[in-house]
Amino acid sequence: MALTPDDVARLAGLARIDLSDAELARLAPQLDVILQSVAQVTEVAGEDVPATSHALHLVNVFRTDVVTPSLPVEAVLAMAPHAEDNRFAVPRILGEEE
Amino acid sequence: MSLTTRSAAELAGLLSRREVSAEEVTAAHLDRIAAVDGDVHAFLYVDGDRALSLAKTIDARRAAGEKLGPLAGVPVGVKDVFTYAGAPTTCGSRILEGWIPPYTSTIVQRLLDGGMIPLGKTNMDEFAMGSSTENSGYGATHNPWDLDRIPGGSGGGSAAALAAYEAPLTVGSDTGGSIRQPASVTGTVGIKPTYGGTSRYGLVAMASSLDTPGPCGRTVLDAALLHEAIAGYDARDSTSIDAPVPDVVGAASSADVRGMRIGVVRELGGEGYAPGVEQRFDEAVALLQDAGAEVVEVSCPHFEYALAAYYLIMPSEVSSNLARFDAMRYGLRIGDDGTRSAEEVMALTRGQGFGDEVKRRIIIGTYALSSGYYDAYYGSAQKVRTLITRDFDKAFEVADVLVSPTTPTTAFRMGERVDDPLSMYKADLCTIPSNLAGNCAGSFPVGLAPEDGLPVGFQVMAPPLADDRLYRVGAALERLLPNQLGALGALPGSLAAKEAVR
Repeated sequence: MALTPDDVARLAGLARIDLSDAELARLAPQLDVILQSVAQVTEVAGEDVPATSHALHLVNVFRTDVVTPSLPVEAVLAMAPHAEDNRFAVPRILGEEE
Repeated sequence: MSLTTRSAAELAGLLSRREVSAEEVTAAHLDRIAAVDGDVHAFLYVDGDRALSLAKTIDARRAAGEKLGPLAGVPVGVKDVFTYAGAPTTCGSRILEGWIPPYTSTIVQRLLDGGMIPLGKTNMDEFAMGSSTENSGYGATHNPWDLDRIPGGSGGGSAAALAAYEAPLTVGSDTGGSIRQPASVTGTVGIKPTYGGTSRYGLVAMASSLDTPGPCGRTVLDAALLHEAIAGYDARDSTSIDAPVPDVVGAASSADVRGMRIGVVRELGGEGYAPGVEQRFDEAVALLQDAGAEVVEVSCPHFEYALAAYYLIMPSEVSSNLARFDAMRYGLRIGDDGTRSAEEVMALTRGQGFGDEVKRRIIIGTYALSSGYYDAYYGSAQKVRTLITRDFDKAFEVADVLVSPTTPTTAFRMGERVDDPLSMYKADLCTIPSNLAGNCAGSFPVGLAPEDGLPVGFQVMAPPLADDRLYRVGAALERLLPNQLGALGALPGSLAAKEAVR
């Protein structure tokens, strides 16, 4: 199964990455080779092998509930692409008709 | 002897005896950076004024009789993936260009608490994705051994800075080999501590279940001293291990391998490995045996699937972690002209702000986690992770440490693998298993490959929380192979050869 530029465009859309046609043409065959190579993991492990999501077997790590100061609002907003009235300012999030 | 060619331990001695000031040591390294970094490009940002001012403070505190840490006054380079309030942190990415973090990572805070002097931020592959530093959004770093060759990656800047004598110590982060492979190809020492042994707080995340900060140095003792300074429990990292730091400095000083069982991993060698790499590796194993170690061969049959499992698990975590670069709260924002929606601005920004390798990995992760493929890809990769951990457990029953070459070849030429991602990935063939299993591992120089005169790295792997064993073996190799690297200027393309001409 070969990964086409259309497949890559769909995946990039899901990941919110705008790709040019030239990029799609360049990346699609590279990604196809990588995915074919990694597919070998499906041949190895049987049903009885449990999955490992993490090297440390930690369950519910708690810390003491101590109140500490947050970062100063000005310091955080100073690095925002756009700020207004002590808040992050973002482009519109609703469509024209909504 | 110039201050910049001294080891960190030597500098620490000179400083504590007040034979030299921290200001002099810092100034010497800043001068060295100014002189050679145009050729090497190990640094993305040099924090000169603040470094000198910190150095003066340390000198004043020492003069006042204050008790300071063992490395107080010693300069250190910081991989640009760690936040340090007031200094730009880009992770080698255009999407974070100009971002100055409002907070400091635990690793950098511990450097400061120990009186060390951060010189600046070192270059890296974008978001630590790569094995050559060519994926940096700000230009590649060059290997001081041969300026036309790669310094490894992702921490090529931290390794090259050491090899070029721009810093006596640097810190890096290792997700699949980003500390060890650069150490290997630059003739330096690089350690990936046990996962959870060093704090990830303020380390910009790539793959959270794998990312491990660690020390880099030119000598084994230097790396151990830095390890001791930065490691240990941190309540701000939920995966930090609440256990004492192993006695790494004691191990680096002892170098005693008598009776130690050293397991050579059968699967990490053979086809695809350069002859000079295998030769130096075999010689080093023989030397350890002569020094009293017991050498056994072990088999880890699932290691051959480690690369495949890694290139599913890591991109899956990447696709999730890098979602935070959404053009809303910090970093680059492209196309916000009042007509485009937030989603369109997000996609435009990520399209222009990320480089090819980051895009490739986010897309692979998105694919591996998508419905219909999740069980076959991500689920199977997690099972392989279990099998690799079992291979390690079994091998550590018969061996105290496992050894292999750090990477199959010496430093390759710049540009050679850029358009062939799979061949680039193979540079991490030997280092990835320890990230998947979470045990500790380190790379130590064992001489030059006869065919090209470039450094060869020897990897030592030890069980979780047995980091001291890495240093014991590394220190033994260092003593058994004195002057193994010869002069840095031996090759015609080296930094030293270029300096000699000037």
